[in-house]
Amino acid sequence: MDVFLDTFLNPAVLAKYAPAILEGAVVTVILSVLIVLSGIALGTALACLRAYRVRPVSALIVVYADILRALPPLVLILLFFFGLPNVGVTLSASLVLYVVLTLVLAAFAEEIVWAGITATPKGQWEAARSTGLGFTQALGHVVLPQAVRMVIPPLTNRAIAITKMTALGMVIGVPDILGQATTAQSFSANASPLTLAAAAYLVLFLPFVIASRWLEARFSGPGG
Amino acid sequence: MSDARPGHPALQVRALNKSFGTFKVLTDIDLSVDQSEMVFVLGPSGSGKSTMLRCCNRLEEPDSGEILVGGAPLTGSGVNLNAMRQRIGMVFQSFNLYPHLTALGNVTLALRRVQKLPRETAEAAAREALDRVGLADRAGHHPAQLSGGQQQRVAIARALALRPEVMLFDEPTSALDPELVGDVLAVMRDVKAQGMTMLVVSHEMKFARDAADRVIFMDGGRIVEQGTPEQVFGAPREARTRAFLGRLHG
Repeated sequence: MDVFLDTFLNPAVLAKYAPAILEGAVVTVILSVLIVLSGIALGTALACLRAYRVRPVSALIVVYADILRALPPLVLILLFFFGLPNVGVTLSASLVLYVVLTLVLAAFAEEIVWAGITATPKGQWEAARSTGLGFTQALGHVVLPQAVRMVIPPLTNRAIAITKMTALGMVIGVPDILGQATTAQSFSANASPLTLAAAAYLVLFLPFVIASRWLEARFSGPGG
Repeated sequence: MSDARPGHPALQVRALNKSFGTFKVLTDIDLSVDQSEMVFVLGPSGSGKSTMLRCCNRLEEPDSGEILVGGAPLTGSGVNLNAMRQRIGMVFQSFNLYPHLTALGNVTLALRRVQKLPRETAEAAAREALDRVGLADRAGHHPAQLSGGQQQRVAIARALALRPEVMLFDEPTSALDPELVGDVLAVMRDVKAQGMTMLVVSHEMKFARDAADRVIFMDGGRIVEQGTPEQVFGAPREARTRAFLGRLHG
């Protein structure tokens, strides 16, 4: 038992590296917020663009969404971080992580919001258009608000899943929670910083997981 | 009984044809509805009556033919469809209220976004329209909080608020429980009394008999017969009309 405590919950190590983990938490929070905002915004914009049903545009969006959903994000992170400098584009590790996860979340968000748009009854379009609203107005004022409400639960789940992947930034040296924790772990030769990292992730993400459960119940109930 | 103004057509349909794929839905439809006239369209399902109605605001695109509203073309190139559609109110079988907006929000949306009225003006017009359908006290309710009959009356108010010249009703009471039908018909009667031109696809025979100025019977994508309710219900000329009315009355 002592060995276990000493390995995972060593008080001296915990105290020493807690500030670093806290710094990492700030990085994780900032990255997560930026990724969620821009990923969902971009995904929604793409889904709206697809609603115009201009064939080449829709085809490009589908190809984009399928590729980005099929590729493991870590592959993209490594490609961007180690590949781009060879063609003269050097992005910081944090920026690479932000760009890749935003693009990945946008791909999923596009598919989810698109599903909501196609699930909105045709009569809603017809009612809006019959009162003189143009296509864009009908989409913006009538269809999209309903579509987004419909897909809030899956969108929340996906946003949580993608933002958790900020931990992948460790591989390219992003000083987020896990990055700080692995550095601390190698300096201290002790796993306690990783315990602290796990705790930090729980504190950050558990409320959102619980909130998504609540949203699911609220929006998928009868009469939602 | 009729307030219609003969010789003053509000809606004209000329040589309208429409196919879905290889299936010919409408064949050479000619129809003229006078100002303040209420015309009822009857016919078996699949007779093309709903498609004909939906062509009148181009929710269905005609293959050929001409449609005029207040003398202005609805079909052809260079038509500002969104502007024309404000002159044509549409009421749907399934109401199609916007579930995320209140009754007031449903009525004000087009007033604000299409007619660009300031919020206060739009809301005043919307409250007046809701008052006309007897639902001024439900302005803040969402569709889910209203009965089917109330939802349909909000939908009528939504169309009325734009001050259309013609209103199209596509089976407005077919989705309602029987005890809720009367309220909607009363509103329609009231709208007619105030001089609205109305083209109605419906199975409410008693209402057609009482309120319509003219009844049209459609079958197989053609207008088979038309006349006053007395003529069409009392002494139908065509065998198909007699067969249809016979089936309805058991």
